[in-house]
Amino acid sequence: MSTVKSKAGADKSATETSEQYLTFMLAGEEYGVDILRVQEIKGWDKVTRIPHSPDYVLGVINLRGAVVPIVDLRRRFGLETIEFGPTTVIIVMRVAGARNERTVGVVVDAVSEVYNVDPADMKPPPDVCGGVDTVFVKALATIEEKMLILLDIDRLIGNSIAEDAATAAA
Amino acid sequence: MTLDLEMAEIAKVFFQESREGLDAMEAGLLTLGATADSENINTIFRAAHSIKGGAATFGFAAVADFTHGVETLLDEMRNGVRPVTAEAVQTLLQACDCLREMVAATEAEQPLDQGRIASLNLDITNILGERPHAAPAAPAVSAAPAIPAAPAAPAVPAAANGVVAAGWRINFEPVADLLRLRNEPTRMFAELKRMGDFTAHADVSRIPLLDALDPESCYLSWKIELAGQIPRAALDEVFDWVDSGCRLEIIPTGEAAPIAAGPAAAGTPAPALSTLPTEAIKPAAAKAEPAAGAAPLAAVPAQRPSGEPNSIRVATEKVDDIINLVGELLITQSMLCGFADGINPSDLDRLRQGLAQLARNTRELQESVMQIRMLPISFSFNRFPRIVHDLSRKLGKKVELKLVGEATELDKTVLEKINDPLVHLVRNALDHGLETPDQRLAAGKQETGTLELSAFHEGGNIIIEVRDDGAGLNKARILKKARERALIAPDQDLTDEQIDNLIFMPGFSTAEQLSDVSGRGVGMDVVRRNINDLGGHVQISSEEGLGSTIRIRLPLTLAILDGQLVRVGKEVYIISLLAIVETIQVTKQLVNTLVGRAQVFRLRDEYLPVVKLCDQFGIESDRRSAEDGLLVVVESDGRRVGVLVDDLLAQQQVVIKSLESNFRSVSGIAGATILGDGQVALIIDVPGLIGAAMKQSGAAVTAHAA
Repeated sequence: MSTVKSKAGADKSATETSEQYLTFMLAGEEYGVDILRVQEIKGWDKVTRIPHSPDYVLGVINLRGAVVPIVDLRRRFGLETIEFGPTTVIIVMRVAGARNERTVGVVVDAVSEVYNVDPADMKPPPDVCGGVDTVFVKALATIEEKMLILLDIDRLIGNSIAEDAATAAA
Repeated sequence: MTLDLEMAEIAKVFFQESREGLDAMEAGLLTLGATADSENINTIFRAAHSIKGGAATFGFAAVADFTHGVETLLDEMRNGVRPVTAEAVQTLLQACDCLREMVAATEAEQPLDQGRIASLNLDITNILGERPHAAPAAPAVSAAPAIPAAPAAPAVPAAANGVVAAGWRINFEPVADLLRLRNEPTRMFAELKRMGDFTAHADVSRIPLLDALDPESCYLSWKIELAGQIPRAALDEVFDWVDSGCRLEIIPTGEAAPIAAGPAAAGTPAPALSTLPTEAIKPAAAKAEPAAGAAPLAAVPAQRPSGEPNSIRVATEKVDDIINLVGELLITQSMLCGFADGINPSDLDRLRQGLAQLARNTRELQESVMQIRMLPISFSFNRFPRIVHDLSRKLGKKVELKLVGEATELDKTVLEKINDPLVHLVRNALDHGLETPDQRLAAGKQETGTLELSAFHEGGNIIIEVRDDGAGLNKARILKKARERALIAPDQDLTDEQIDNLIFMPGFSTAEQLSDVSGRGVGMDVVRRNINDLGGHVQISSEEGLGSTIRIRLPLTLAILDGQLVRVGKEVYIISLLAIVETIQVTKQLVNTLVGRAQVFRLRDEYLPVVKLCDQFGIESDRRSAEDGLLVVVESDGRRVGVLVDDLLAQQQVVIKSLESNFRSVSGIAGATILGDGQVALIIDVPGLIGAAMKQSGAAVTAHAA
């Protein structure tokens, strides 16, 4: 993922207060996650399916000895699924759950850039947004005239896994 | 003396070793019985002495004072002045309990149970008779709360605390071994310097010629003048750890404070002043101390007794890390083996050899690392003499407890979790199994019943048996009860074994009389569940009038398991070999359907429900019907089902990884592991699978019936 790094270095708008976001593509939209949460980016690999799990949990992989669940973000958002291609990657992140921090891999169409985003440029998402639940959207930011959707990864994945666990137990 | 960080660290060791000391005391007291075995009393005494010394060093005055009373009593027993009575032993046992609580409370910096301490102190004082020095011990306890930072809280009884002189002359003649025992005179002198005006004169006359000189021996002795208002107790504290290894004289100089008349005179009847020369110079005492492995020498790691097996305290997390790493190593190794299999073998013989060696090494490494977690089951068994002693008194029964195979080792986690179920089983055996002496005599048995706890290894498992020679299970009563509670069908025929094992059903208790010992009907099913949770298995066999045997089979460790790899469609699952009864090639005529959908398999004289993993887990299988697959018969809780799989693959040891740490628990899945090819494979939770299958088939049948 050297491209990611070089672009991060080339970005000259870095300031003390700005936060770095790794962005990725998903069905033509660009999403961002706090880069400090990203542990690594790896190519798509075969997963082991887990029974009795939500459909967006594709399975688990072996990440140097740890068993890490893989979430398909397209399915998580209810988008149409596509065949995984050469750009398909897994972004491995640290996600805070209800009880503990987990390592979770997220499948996205492709990684894009690393941007420095000034907190002042982050706008809250509109409450009602055409029937789309926006609780897991932390903010919308405008960079180079593009809209970035900055995700609250804990709400999106950490809590959903915990919630599902609670309902599964019930 | 204040506790700095380092001291707090050492204090932790003291707390741990105090507990071990208390365990040793308790074990000693329980075997004391009628015969006053002097070696045994010595062991108990030394344990008490170490606790007292340690407590005093750390300023835990309440613990030290309380132990002092205990120690005095023990000392008199040791010297034959006082007979060893059952009452005294009972009081001392209670004192052990009390001390255990005090140690725990002190560690947690919580207030002590002063009432209990005072009342036990009174008991001890009463046993000791009217002795002037024992009486003030009780008020001293309540006056000095156990705040670790409490300044100058010394070991010696209250009476000696008051001995404050204007100055002291100390003749300190250590034995040659002083340095070898890792005592450092300069440290002690530094401590003394802090107390007052310190002058020391070294006596060099004992130093031999150079060629006869042993560099590790101490040839020096010192005459120390110490000026200042210093309590005698503070000096005792400094010399506390060397008292058995030196000739020590502490003489007050200048104007002595009123009570300071003569510490030697005041100290003679009180063994607490063990720093006194009378005892200190006995070479036998000095030698006995390090030899006593059971007596932990609190807070002075240097004085470790030699000869006893050395043990280390390792944080479990660190060990777990190593276990993980070794698991990785195993994975790498099997990955390499996989490669080697695929390549042309013409010039790969050496690689193969190397790999074979790697395989051997990794396995050995894994085994030795696993050994770190292994503890002898005596850690658990050792609690039982006390439990049996107390319970049999309470129930008025005579019981002889036999412990067999205490050295059998098992995983620390398993050990910790098996303790409560074992206690429960032992209580049950005592309460319900064994009869009262009268009943036993009437039944033509010996008055004293036998309860045997044994442990041994059997093919990768550990077997723990609780055997009693009591009345055995009353099969008729069990059957009646089970029918009353509708646990079984009214006309169901059961084998003797099946009847016995009914007592593990939830909500079952045959006790006619409820007691506070056992018999609330929430016992045995919880025991069984706990054991099942550990991946184990419990069974009871009993003969009326002759006794019962409860047999617990447990895996040696929870970190790895012996697994059978099975294939269903494209997925590979692992079933614990422990759960597998047998594997059968299915033939058509042995499979029948039930209510159109559920399938059963006839295995000899039994019909087994067939669980299709493909349906349970929603995956594609090679075949949809049970008619030509392989049936893995698994058992849990005495229930058997046949699990239909497509193929049996290898059997191998797998390292169990948690699904929960990054994901969550999944029903039917006990965990995951990583196979040789780096892929994750799921481990099937057999009890969970059987439970789910039962629920489903029940629902299906009722749905059809409705």
